[in-house]
Amino acid sequence: MAKPKSSSQALSFKRLKPFLYHLIVGGLALAMIYPILWLASSSLKPNDEIFANAYSLIPSTLDFSNYASGWKGFAGTTFGTFFKNSFIIVIFSTIGAVASSALVAYGFARINFKFKNFWFACVMMTMMLPHDVTVIPQYVMFAKLGWLSSFKPLIVPNFFATPFFIFLIMQFIRTIPPELDEAAKMDGCSKYGIFFKVVVPLIVPALVTSTIFSFYWRWDDFINPLLYLNRPELYPVSLALKLFLDAESINNWGGMFAMATLSLLPIVIVFFVFQKYIVEGISTSGLK
Amino acid sequence: MKAVSLRENENVIGYVFTAPFILGFLIFTMFPIVSSLYYSFTEYNLLEAPRWVGLQNYENMFTNDDKLIKSLQVTMTYVFASVPLRLAFALAVAMMLNTVARGIGAYRSAYYLPSLIGGSVAVSIMWTQIFGDKGLFNSALGLIGIESNTSWIGSPDSALWTLIALSVWQFGSSMLIFLAGLKNIPASMYEAASVDGANAIHRFFKITLPLLSPIILFNLIMQTIAAFMTFTPAYIISRGEGGPLDNTLLYSLYLYRRAFQFFEMGYASAMAWVMLIIVGLITLLIFQTSKYWVHYEAKGDK
Repeated sequence: MAKPKSSSQALSFKRLKPFLYHLIVGGLALAMIYPILWLASSSLKPNDEIFANAYSLIPSTLDFSNYASGWKGFAGTTFGTFFKNSFIIVIFSTIGAVASSALVAYGFARINFKFKNFWFACVMMTMMLPHDVTVIPQYVMFAKLGWLSSFKPLIVPNFFATPFFIFLIMQFIRTIPPELDEAAKMDGCSKYGIFFKVVVPLIVPALVTSTIFSFYWRWDDFINPLLYLNRPELYPVSLALKLFLDAESINNWGGMFAMATLSLLPIVIVFFVFQKYIVEGISTSGLK
Repeated sequence: MKAVSLRENENVIGYVFTAPFILGFLIFTMFPIVSSLYYSFTEYNLLEAPRWVGLQNYENMFTNDDKLIKSLQVTMTYVFASVPLRLAFALAVAMMLNTVARGIGAYRSAYYLPSLIGGSVAVSIMWTQIFGDKGLFNSALGLIGIESNTSWIGSPDSALWTLIALSVWQFGSSMLIFLAGLKNIPASMYEAASVDGANAIHRFFKITLPLLSPIILFNLIMQTIAAFMTFTPAYIISRGEGGPLDNTLLYSLYLYRRAFQFFEMGYASAMAWVMLIIVGLITLLIFQTSKYWVHYEAKGDK
């Protein structure tokens, strides 16, 4: 960028540049994750130390008692139950969302049927529709079905395909050469056979990406459990964390931090294991 | 004959494959939209049948509900501050990371991680602590010599800005999209411009911004819609109330309170429709203005 005046100056600038780069970019990166590190380290601090020198990341002693006190949960329901609930909801809704979306994506990507464009416009519209518009009638509907206070309203709708996943998997199917479908057809394969035997094995990366995103969204979901679940023994972790705040005056900061940290752990682990898929999924499809 | 039966076949197969979406769309989207419109003209508390009141809900919203006006203001401030800031950070950091350097993968992860966990209750809880009176933020200010005992979360002037900060902190997913876009710009374009004597600022405005503009448009629309829907952090930070002085009463939170705390389903449905209209108008406005600033190569303009 800068025009070197003399060769020695150019040399020192060349040496300095990576150093400056790492100082700025690295420093900013550290600032970004500092709050997360702080949360994790606070969960290991004794209760009276959390707010003294709050900026510090290093606990004077490693104190795991917060994890024990947080895990106890509320009125006899432990975080073991909350985690179990979260996993049940997440696993079933993810299976439903990914499997149904893959079917639908194939239908839109490879089959020409009447009014296809109209239905695809509906997919795009649903993707952009504010959730607030449908939340009340959906609640009324589930209430009339007697589904309140059960996992059904959180799981069943996922079996009817998710627009974002349809879109993502379609993008992927489009990269598969149609000649492959044709060849399978020559061999006497039906469309269903082509889908299961030829397409599904090839779109595994898109299915993995969808699975990860579904996992994240369901794990973090707060408003739907808040609406539909009213007994603490049915709460997922996200909703259970709120219970720490419901007490008149919060007295178990440490326990709350410990459980908040634990609740982030599955997300962070999945991120580091499947980083490649996540980054690709965001870059190609443009959504979180 | 054969061709016709084949085509019919395709139709049947197409509908078999897309049935999950079509059924779901009718049951969970279309039917609710129509019901919501109907409820918005009624008084409905879930226990008794909806009672038709005409336009009364809509009238009350704008003549009789100070909180609604307040929540609209709060939401507009939130959206118009957080979305541009978020995109600006996303682009700036994406440009910094669009280079070959050691540890670039680790940096990318660090910048993205907050977006990944940002929607969770855990992070909202963490935020209440960071911006509390004895929290990390004040403690960090103390380190650079500024003594402060303000509870940023609890003070009416700053409470909304802590929410905005939370949203801006999560610029990582937009950043990854920008980064993918930047990698698609051929280096030869920058080289050619440099040879012509363009400096870094020129190159940014003449090459980077125009070529990224379709991605910026896409991000802008999706993020604006998402920002209007923000609920969880406002709920957690204000313990479900939207305080202090209703300064964090985002529209979605107010709608939730009207519907599920006061059981005014008709009124809340009217609120949802007003929201839909506002979001629709803003999206339309962005699309309309986009022809002046979004550059599509297909058009062939240079």
